[in-house]
Amino acid sequence: MTAFIIRRVLQAVLVLILTSMIVFVGVYAIGDPLEILLAPDASMVERAQVSASLGLDKPMPVQYWQFLVNALHGDFGRSFVYNRPAISVIFERLPATLELTITALTMSLVIGLPLGLWAGTRPKTLVDESIMTGSIFGFSLPHFWQGMMLIMIFAVWLGWLPSTGRGEIGTVFGVRTSFGSWDGVRHMILPAINLSLGQTALMIRLTRTGVQETMPLDFVKYARARGLSERRILFVHVMKTILIPIVTIIGIEFGSLVAFAVVTETIFAWPGVGKLIIDSIGVLDRPVVVAYILVIVTLFIAINLVVDVLYSFLDPRIRSRAR
Amino acid sequence: MKLTLFRGEGMLVRVARGLRASPKASIALLVCVVLIAAAILAPLIAPQNPYDLLQIDIFDGKLPPGSASRTGSHYWLGTDTQGRDMYSAMLYGLRTSLSVGVTAGVLALVIGTAMGLSAAYFGGRIETLIMRFVDLMLGFPTILVALMILVVFGQGAWKVILALVFVQWAYFARAVRSAALVEIGKDYVEAARCLGLSSPRILFHHILPNCLPPLIVIGTIQVAHAITAEATLSFLGIGLPITQPSLGLLIANGYQVLLAGLYWMSVYPGLLLLVLVFSINVVGDRLREVLNPRLEL
Repeated sequence: MTAFIIRRVLQAVLVLILTSMIVFVGVYAIGDPLEILLAPDASMVERAQVSASLGLDKPMPVQYWQFLVNALHGDFGRSFVYNRPAISVIFERLPATLELTITALTMSLVIGLPLGLWAGTRPKTLVDESIMTGSIFGFSLPHFWQGMMLIMIFAVWLGWLPSTGRGEIGTVFGVRTSFGSWDGVRHMILPAINLSLGQTALMIRLTRTGVQETMPLDFVKYARARGLSERRILFVHVMKTILIPIVTIIGIEFGSLVAFAVVTETIFAWPGVGKLIIDSIGVLDRPVVVAYILVIVTLFIAINLVVDVLYSFLDPRIRSRAR
Repeated sequence: MKLTLFRGEGMLVRVARGLRASPKASIALLVCVVLIAAAILAPLIAPQNPYDLLQIDIFDGKLPPGSASRTGSHYWLGTDTQGRDMYSAMLYGLRTSLSVGVTAGVLALVIGTAMGLSAAYFGGRIETLIMRFVDLMLGFPTILVALMILVVFGQGAWKVILALVFVQWAYFARAVRSAALVEIGKDYVEAARCLGLSSPRILFHHILPNCLPPLIVIGTIQVAHAITAEATLSFLGIGLPITQPSLGLLIANGYQVLLAGLYWMSVYPGLLLLVLVFSINVVGDRLREVLNPRLEL
């Protein structure tokens, strides 16, 4: 187990270093930062000065090393737009994104699991057919368009819910959250539905497949023979086996939700990192873009690592195979 | 030789029969065919070329669906802010969306298949290297990796395709490898080896045809996925440039005026995108049931 974890951590570090190289080459070497920093009519002397002060006249490997050392100290440079360290701009907005993603994740679990179980226990019936077609519809709906339709219907036509921003943020147990005020909750509803719909569809499919694959197994038959109620078999015995893949899926889902938050936040003007990155790309705020990419990649590597470890913890077969 | 021919036919017949047996899938397939035909024939069937400045009239801008144009014809789906006929713009957008999606899907299929086959056939270091990379790619959502690639390389149709292929080949590689691993253990591969056939011949003539079922299913679904991803990236303003308006860009343009109540500029292209992606997915789902590869999607 320890060897397994150590190997995974080493791999994770390797991936991070590789990403940082690609990002460095892509963002710093291909584009010329001087063009953004300097006025177009700057003289050659000014150019040389700024170039030297930023270390841009040094050879590439030296520049990369400097970039890496700074990055490890959390220094990605100052945002051109906010004129503050890029990393602090990101961390300031991360809670809004995490709150949105966690809400959406919870919603997809609360809705997707029961529907998946329902469809799974009634294969080839109208219930199963409708739920499955519905779920194909759910993940075929383009995220961004579905969000726009939500705004159009609930904000513009019906006027029930606000369409942009995060609203008033209250404090619950010392944590600043949208759930602290009614206004905050109202602002959360549409973005959370928008973000969770596709993932709910996925959750339904995976749960249903899990149930349908588990139901014909011997242990279910034994449980029936012992006279256990269907309800108990489904919620205790079957649930236990399908929870293993679902743990992995929750990890992966959380990842996709963070990714799709970029879309949701852009549409609903939600003040999180997703909207920040799109805005920053638009105005070429390089330090923020670089910091975002590295923070997100780190987050993903961490999620994958946790999922792998959890998985091998829950399912001993994986552990022995990895060895 | 006859045997493989017969088997190839067998699969096609099975697919056709399976699709026909499900009314839902038949309708979806029909919709796909109609949409593909409409995309190919767009220049012939569109009432106007929406990107020919001589044919559009700025004074016809923002007309609601059904309005008459100044020349007497009708804009059944309304016009955009520039006075373009929405219906024509959507046909051209469909053309762009489909070509980007299909190109990305096919390229990813070719590369992924080659990678998956090599991993399964050669094993050892090559397999470990390829599959580690596949695992890594699958750990990141398409949209995020594509976003990063486009940030680094900039916009453009080929760059979007490159970004999509870069992410999607991994799905094909994983499926092909696991299908090929099963096949490689079988006697006919051993027999082919004993006959002294070359590795490429064994791989492409003998093993590959037997890995086709999962490839067809994943191929269908990944094309749908690529179309959505392209639309999303274009909507975010980092995908296709404004000169190649796909459905995603049309929706993005419509979004600017949605809050002003001019709904048709974003609702109709979005509906078309939804119908396209939904039908492809329904067909793909049915194919999965018929060919029954136990796939994780």
